[in-house]
Amino acid sequence: MSGFRWTLAVLLSHWRRRPGQLAALMAGLALATALWSGVQALNLAARDSYDRAARLLGGAATVTIARPEGGTFDQSLWVDLRRAGWPVSPVLEGRVRLEGQTLRLIGVEPVTLPPGGAVAVIGAPEGGDAQRLIAPPRATLAAPQTLRDLRLAEGAAPQAPGGALPPLLAREGMAGGVLVVDIGVAQAVLGQPGAVSRLLAPAGHGRDPAALAALTAGTLAQLDDSPDGDLARLTDSFHLNLTAFGFLAFVVGLFIAHAAIGLAFEQRLPMLRTLRACGASARGVALALLAEMAGLALVAGSLGMLGGWLIAAALAPDVAASLRGLYGAPVSGGLSLSPWWWLSGLGMTLLGAGAAAGAGVWRAARLPVLAPAMPQAWLAAHRARLRWQGLAALALLALAAGLAAFGDGLAAGFALLAALLLGAALGAPVALNAALRLAAARAKAPLAQWLWADAQAASGGLSLALMALMLALAANIGVGTMVGGFRATFTGWLDQRLAAEVYVRGPDAAMDGFAARALATPQVLAALPSRSAEARLGGWPAEVLGLADHATYRDGWPLMAAAPDVWDQMAAGEGALVSEQLARRLGLGVGDPLTLPAADGPWPLTVAGIYPDYGNPKGQVVVNFDAHRARWPQAARGSWALRTEPGAAGAVIAALAADPALTQAEFIDQAGVKRLSLGLFDKTFAVTAALNALTLAVAGAALLASLTTLSSMRLPQLAPLWAMGVTRARLARLELVKMLALAGLIAALAVPVGLALAWVLVAVVNVQAFGWRLPLHLFPLQWLAMAGLALLTALIASALPLWRLARTPPARLAQAFSHER
Amino acid sequence: MLSITGLRKSYATPQGPQAVLGGVDLALAAGETLALMGESGSGKSTLLHLAAGLDAADAGAIRVGETEVTALDDAGRAALRRDRIGLVFQQFNLIASLSVADNLAFQARLAGREDAAWQAELAARLGLDGLLARYPEQLSGGQQQRVAIGRALAARPLLLMADEPTGALDEATSDAVMALMLELVAASGCALLMATHSARLAGMLGRTVRLHNGRLA
Repeated sequence: MSGFRWTLAVLLSHWRRRPGQLAALMAGLALATALWSGVQALNLAARDSYDRAARLLGGAATVTIARPEGGTFDQSLWVDLRRAGWPVSPVLEGRVRLEGQTLRLIGVEPVTLPPGGAVAVIGAPEGGDAQRLIAPPRATLAAPQTLRDLRLAEGAAPQAPGGALPPLLAREGMAGGVLVVDIGVAQAVLGQPGAVSRLLAPAGHGRDPAALAALTAGTLAQLDDSPDGDLARLTDSFHLNLTAFGFLAFVVGLFIAHAAIGLAFEQRLPMLRTLRACGASARGVALALLAEMAGLALVAGSLGMLGGWLIAAALAPDVAASLRGLYGAPVSGGLSLSPWWWLSGLGMTLLGAGAAAGAGVWRAARLPVLAPAMPQAWLAAHRARLRWQGLAALALLALAAGLAAFGDGLAAGFALLAALLLGAALGAPVALNAALRLAAARAKAPLAQWLWADAQAASGGLSLALMALMLALAANIGVGTMVGGFRATFTGWLDQRLAAEVYVRGPDAAMDGFAARALATPQVLAALPSRSAEARLGGWPAEVLGLADHATYRDGWPLMAAAPDVWDQMAAGEGALVSEQLARRLGLGVGDPLTLPAADGPWPLTVAGIYPDYGNPKGQVVVNFDAHRARWPQAARGSWALRTEPGAAGAVIAALAADPALTQAEFIDQAGVKRLSLGLFDKTFAVTAALNALTLAVAGAALLASLTTLSSMRLPQLAPLWAMGVTRARLARLELVKMLALAGLIAALAVPVGLALAWVLVAVVNVQAFGWRLPLHLFPLQWLAMAGLALLTALIASALPLWRLARTPPARLAQAFSHER
Repeated sequence: MLSITGLRKSYATPQGPQAVLGGVDLALAAGETLALMGESGSGKSTLLHLAAGLDAADAGAIRVGETEVTALDDAGRAALRRDRIGLVFQQFNLIASLSVADNLAFQARLAGREDAAWQAELAARLGLDGLLARYPEQLSGGQQQRVAIGRALAARPLLLMADEPTGALDEATSDAVMALMLELVAASGCALLMATHSARLAGMLGRTVRLHNGRLA
């Protein structure tokens, strides 16, 4: 045991003498852990919110009885079922805007709520809130985080557009972004008197679901899936993409760790041989190396977990806003971290450190004690390794090509991404070496010949750092190309979808007679209504929109594919427009039949056109407004689109807002809607941009760490030139040229890899994950910017080692000749 | 103390196996000092490495004390070096990240036989008292070799093996280092097997054998 302890002490003494190298290793592991765990914290917090939302009204302990096609129904059906002995409880759901935020409002009947949900505790005989919900002044239950997000204190009675809500009451265990009130209060605030969204019954209530049709005249049915469970499924792709990016950042961070460990191993080879010569066994040395790595990994991992928490805390509000905006998910901007998160993060760090150090430990265990330090033999081994690496890269790129041609599904998409990136990373040093050999062969001047030949030798030690830099640059180019193209496409698409100058919405009761009022307003040219109904198509939630037949839509609606008489089919109530993601999901094309589950029965239609619907996780179908009203007479009214004379939007809004009958209406002009939409877009990709920037910073740190470590090992290669008359300053300049050349070559490699990555993202991953495809736009200026960034990174990373070289005392250079080992 | 019989060793080369030792017999008694001479490529270092368990022989037997070295596996040979043998190399082979004091004590600590008093005596006799806090890169070649000798002797080995210990030093320093090493070997009672190409240095030891083309002449 004491031998193991002293061996470990010797190994650790290396880091005491080289704190910069230790810092590089710890930084690599910590950064990798921070980025990975930060992303996982965001995912976990969101999933926790989904679980709370799913459990809010009972989750698996309850069943839902509702209209199969969605929409509300009259509460008399609830009364009829209760009289027939069914243990059902009514729920009304809707959305309210408070303090600039949209929240989910749930009205419940506390006395009849089935047990099992977070809200069910309200009706508990002891400690429940049933009395407070029912008796004046009543109460609005909300999670403490929701109150913090609204910046309201307990007891405040917020004013919603439809009316005042009862005083707020904070309750632990509630889902974020949700307000629970008595159903009567909800009906009043939502402007839906006597309406019920669904009925809850205890699972295993023992009643025959088929009897529902008879009792409710076919209006209601027991649903297989609760709508509360949709969130996890809808947001799966979003979280998967976040996880994939976090994993990429983790791998880049591991490259740093691997580079630092690999360099430390080369530097410690003499030490390891001495240890063996003095009698430390190979097994003992290997175990000590493993123990050393585990200890460093635990320390670095702990620091990384703290960093991950900070990253998650910084990004959580943007992620929550994206999820709320994109999916309507009630995610608060807070974090709740479980012990499992800490343990899994540290576990990842240990695994990653093990993967990074594994090769070194294996070599140490098999190290021949008598093998001298032979730089040429090492270079020969590096060349042999390059050959195998090149073959592995080719194999992976071939796999990527095969997956691109024949793969199907999101898993295949991510496998394609992984094969592409790994193949490119492994191939980068091979391509680099080939370019350097070509340059060396063409060089005439002796110093130039030395420069390129030495660059080949140096690239071996820098290969991991250069691979990390290439991956980070390619990821930036790829994701930047995708996001830039998405933004350009999204902006154009918004211009087409938001053709009206003003949009107005409000409670149904407040909007009675709105058309007449609007058309009576000067400068208003048209008032176009819309309607919305919920449906389930192919098991997925979908929205059925009813739009008026008007030139605004005929001329401007973006269509990807359409029948020649698309709008005539729509006007006749025979055709429907289907969103791209729904069409992909259901395998529909123009001319295919589509049956909608309308309120009055199945409605057969023909797909008249397919349109892009970016950012919508649900399916969407557009039908004629009048046909929609006939099929879903009770459906909710959507917003009104007003066409005005050019430049008159502001005046129209002012005039309508002044109308006392429209005090509960909300008005927004086209520019405002676009601003909101683009703001949500930017928030959604703010997370991606942050991770991109961090990954590039991590790669830059890898290069700096490698260069700093290698600089001390470079003296035996540089000393002979100095002895032959090349000044230290000139040597430093040559080293700078070499580093810039390496970085420039890496940037040149990163561009095609980044573009390939962008293609995979838009053509494969995006389509599989979200159901829509983006056109691929190219941004050459971005490539130039990335190249500039690579050169800048190399310049900054080289600065310290070059400054040291230029100031190295001659005696130190001369020492290189006497200490050749 | 050391008994070698019929020792053979060859190395693989692209041109085929190259024999380095072609059957060597050698014996060294406790406390004896033996110089192993021969021209470059005669197999001196190979013989030393095999005797120290740093490499495995193709044929023959090596015994150190009661231990049959050739019958040991890698772990066994490591234990032998740790507990019974001290090694001094031409290029010092100190641990760069340990101070002089820690380098001196290192092998003794590894063997579990640290003796502070003996270490202090070694440091004093090797002239290292004022250098204990320094690191190897801060020492001259002669100073580094003295630390290497001290490290090898601090664990009180039965057998000290030195491979061209003064090869990297000038003549005056070589003589000083040799004198110190012989003095301490005598003080510790261990045997010394030293490979050298210098007849002058070989003459300072008790006995000399000469290797020629892998055999003792």
